[in-house]
Amino acid sequence: MSTRIKTAFANANAEGRGILGVFVTAGDPDAETSAAILDALVTSNVDIVELGMPFSDPMADGPAIQAASLRALKGGMTLAGTLEIARGFRQRHPDTPLVLMGYYNPIYIYGVDRFLAEASDAGVDGLIVVDLPPEEDDELCEPATAAGLDFIRLVTPTSDAGRLPTVLGSASGFVYYVAITGITGTRSAAGDSISAAYARVSAATDLPVVTGFGIRTPEQAGEAASRSDGAIVGSAVVEIIADNLGPDGKGMPETVSKIAAFVGDLAEGVAGKAG
Amino acid sequence: MIDVNLNSFRNQPDERGRFGMHGGRFVAETLMPLILQVESAYKAASTDDEFAKELAYYQTHYVGRPSPLYFAERLTAHYGGAKLYLKRDELNHTGAHKINNVLGQALLAKRMGKTRIIAETGAGQHGVATATACALFDMECEVFMGEEDVRRQKPNVDRMRLLGAKVHPVTSGTGTLKDAMNEALRYWVANAETHFYIIGTVAGPHPYPQMVRDFQSVIGKEARRQILDAEGRLPDTIVACIGGGSNAMGLFHPFLDDEDVTIYGVEAAGKGIPSGLHAASLTGGTPGVLHGNRTYLLQDEDGQIIDAHSISAGLDYPGIGPEHSWLHDMKRVNYVSATDEEALDAFQLCSRLEGIIPALEPSHALSFVGTVIGEMDKDQILILNMCGRGDKDLGAVLPMLEERGKL
Ligand SMILES: Cc1ncc(COP(=O)(O)O)c(C=O)c1O
Repeated sequence: MSTRIKTAFANANAEGRGILGVFVTAGDPDAETSAAILDALVTSNVDIVELGMPFSDPMADGPAIQAASLRALKGGMTLAGTLEIARGFRQRHPDTPLVLMGYYNPIYIYGVDRFLAEASDAGVDGLIVVDLPPEEDDELCEPATAAGLDFIRLVTPTSDAGRLPTVLGSASGFVYYVAITGITGTRSAAGDSISAAYARVSAATDLPVVTGFGIRTPEQAGEAASRSDGAIVGSAVVEIIADNLGPDGKGMPETVSKIAAFVGDLAEGVAGKAG
Repeated sequence: MIDVNLNSFRNQPDERGRFGMHGGRFVAETLMPLILQVESAYKAASTDDEFAKELAYYQTHYVGRPSPLYFAERLTAHYGGAKLYLKRDELNHTGAHKINNVLGQALLAKRMGKTRIIAETGAGQHGVATATACALFDMECEVFMGEEDVRRQKPNVDRMRLLGAKVHPVTSGTGTLKDAMNEALRYWVANAETHFYIIGTVAGPHPYPQMVRDFQSVIGKEARRQILDAEGRLPDTIVACIGGGSNAMGLFHPFLDDEDVTIYGVEAAGKGIPSGLHAASLTGGTPGVLHGNRTYLLQDEDGQIIDAHSISAGLDYPGIGPEHSWLHDMKRVNYVSATDEEALDAFQLCSRLEGIIPALEPSHALSFVGTVIGEMDKDQILILNMCGRGDKDLGAVLPMLEERGKL
């Protein structure tokens, strides 16, 4: 398990709170703004940064993250470019865990070995690849784990007791509990169902279990973080980018400052200080 | 080295749903439990005589199977080569081969106790077939269709609505089949526990490519029997068009181990392969992972999917079923292509010479037939899968023919 990820959970635990993870897409809306947004996440007290690898056909994502992917691709972002952004991030922020999240095809085309070598070298801590269930572990999960990268699993409301051991067997880093049966940025889960799921999933693993999908407000983030080991917010952050683009489609100073303000609120929510 | 020809081409996929390196189950975890359920339900159904009997009943009395194998005398005379037979799946109820598969999957859904159905559609034929089966079996039907296809295949949209289906126009991407499939998968992820997804071609995660192939194989099984009855021997060549590849797999599969049968799959070359505006995943693509399986895809060097282009909404797809990718790698099937213009010519030719208005999809296959059949001997036999009729295409085709001074 990556030391940075382990430390992030230990630190949050010591403060009596869950972690805050925030997702943004690499290169959205352009490479320079994207790097500035990542810096703002760190200064706004995000514990784990999830950097999306843009893909043309994001099957598990709702309109907000689909649009983010398309903006990034239109701005010329590639997987090589994403790794560059990751490398720059790591040079500026030696301690904040960085996880790459996306779909398999761009990695497959880049070449699995080359990708893993470059991601490790760039200082990436883990991977979340949505369309690689345990049935396809030999594709990326096994070589990634061997290369020292955590392979973070999504567990969903449809992962029943019979299935959990399969899903968690090869998991590392932490477990990402997808709180709704659905795509990103659509509905939100009720607090009770998060608690029930947390009990169910954490009984089956020693890894921390964080909750994501459909968390949009500091209050919801606070609730999810109190009922599990942390909260992950994506679409609500990405929508701020969409709403604050310059006339040329690129980022503006407010794009970054508005995200910093919102994420600061999320961090307060997770620290139990919302509202 | 093992001589692969000693092995059967008909025993794929393996238990992971792989056809060689292709196929597999590249889906989000939300869908995995459901896909495993579909797999075990299909396994049980495929060895159950009752299921086979029920499906056969509807194929005979509702669809009108077996479809005729018709000797196309005037086209044969026109080309002046081998005898051309048409496998007339355009005569099926709803006008295409799609119903063969839909009835199988709808009956499977019924066995699984699912009464809410999702489908994607390009040309609208699969959507119409699904809406039809849902009316027949009293199921709820939601069809995802790219908005560009909603426009160019309007008669089918109207049919679906009349049959009681809800049609969701999809605006993402280029508003064609790939985007409809993305949206159908997203909807399925959100409704995994209640809905059954009837995929319309031999693509998607395992077990779909295998299951759809098995349901469509009725085409090839009938054709094999019919040509033996009519000619006392197997054909020399069989030809079918390829979007995702279901009508082609249906015809090809029962012939794969007949070494002397030459097989051609015809992809859509759109405005020509060099133009980059085409839908020929095998001719112009590379292996990648999309929509739950590894297969040849149209994609750029960064692994981003490139939109397909074809005059035919049913062929306008940047991927292809994984079994075709494997048959391509194994060189058992020859994959070729025909352009928009060539398909238009064949569309008109078939209408004039045989009184059969073909869909634009098999018009691609017929166009290719025109390039090889003349070189064959007069006592040789070629079977073309006439997998759909052209009524749905008139709105798009007539203005193009008029524009070209051909009508
Ligand atoms: C008549 C007809 N033929 C062919 C196709 C292409 O699909 P497949 O390659 O799966 O047969 C379609 C799809 O809509 C169709 O309507």
